[in-house]
Amino acid sequence: MNPIAFVYLAAVLFAIGSAAVLLRRNAIIAFMGVELMLNAANLALVAFSRIHGEIDGQVMAFFVMVVAAAEVVVGLAIIIAVFRARQTISLDEPAELKG
Amino acid sequence: MVNEFAFWVIAVITVIPALSLLFARKAVHVAMSIVLVMVGLAAAYIVLAAPFLGVVQIVVYTGAVMMLFLFVLMLVGVDRREDLRETLAGQRWIAVLAAAGVGILLISVIANVSLTLAEPQTGEPDAIAGLLFGPYVLVIEALGALLITAAVGALVLTHVPRLTPKHTQREIAESRVRVGANPVNRPMPGVYARHNALDIPALDPEGNPIDESISRVLEVRHQTIDGVEYRASLPEGERE
Repeated sequence: MNPIAFVYLAAVLFAIGSAAVLLRRNAIIAFMGVELMLNAANLALVAFSRIHGEIDGQVMAFFVMVVAAAEVVVGLAIIIAVFRARQTISLDEPAELKG
Repeated sequence: MVNEFAFWVIAVITVIPALSLLFARKAVHVAMSIVLVMVGLAAAYIVLAAPFLGVVQIVVYTGAVMMLFLFVLMLVGVDRREDLRETLAGQRWIAVLAAAGVGILLISVIANVSLTLAEPQTGEPDAIAGLLFGPYVLVIEALGALLITAAVGALVLTHVPRLTPKHTQREIAESRVRVGANPVNRPMPGVYARHNALDIPALDPEGNPIDESISRVLEVRHQTIDGVEYRASLPEGERE
């Protein structure tokens, strides 16, 4: 079986993750959708690395993982700060910046 | 070439739990299914000749990131309900349409590429390390700076400064006397009454009930009884 099948799988996971970001109001679930999209991109990188027979793609996926870890730390800290300020993690509530 | 059976197993244990992002009601269930997705992706990396990344995926994602999500869920309250009111009319259908559009676009693009399969090169740790600390060493240093910035940023964001100075026990007692409040602690409920329970007020030396000895919470919940109700609940012979 051609490894390109994993790229299709990555596309499906990316679509599911983006749907979660657009649909869910709970900030933590939307954030998990972002994580799923990052992981789908990683899967595509690793699959292409396998197809081309070079490991540079895996190094890129490793970098993405490090950036995702930093992003999770800051994102969850923001969620906690917002929760402290307004006792909610709904994405619709903090609407003070709306025009 | 990759094992076809492995691909289908991985596809099932990634796509089906990932759908819980859209359909599960409780955030904890979503988090646990995403853990399963991460394990499936680790298996995919190993199938795709990237054993080092497979192990890193398990350690970083299932071990650290998703557990961090669970911690935050505990902090903000597991039972918090999601409100399903639509702030923007028709947002749900637009979102589903947009996500399906992205998926169809990606899949149609992938279907149009033809790639020749090269000989696999296994991503062993030493091979990866050779690249990381050879051509990509500047990126590694930038990532180190990024991680430190993120850690400090998280500390700053979650730090709550104390706005008022901390009171000592002596200051609290002195301020009580100053405003004329009772300088001693309130009596425990029920201590001198014949019914030693939390819902009965204590009695002062003259036999009058001290209302403030009962917890305010019990009063709000209407779980206290006053003297008349208590007397009525006694058997006939014990009433005075």
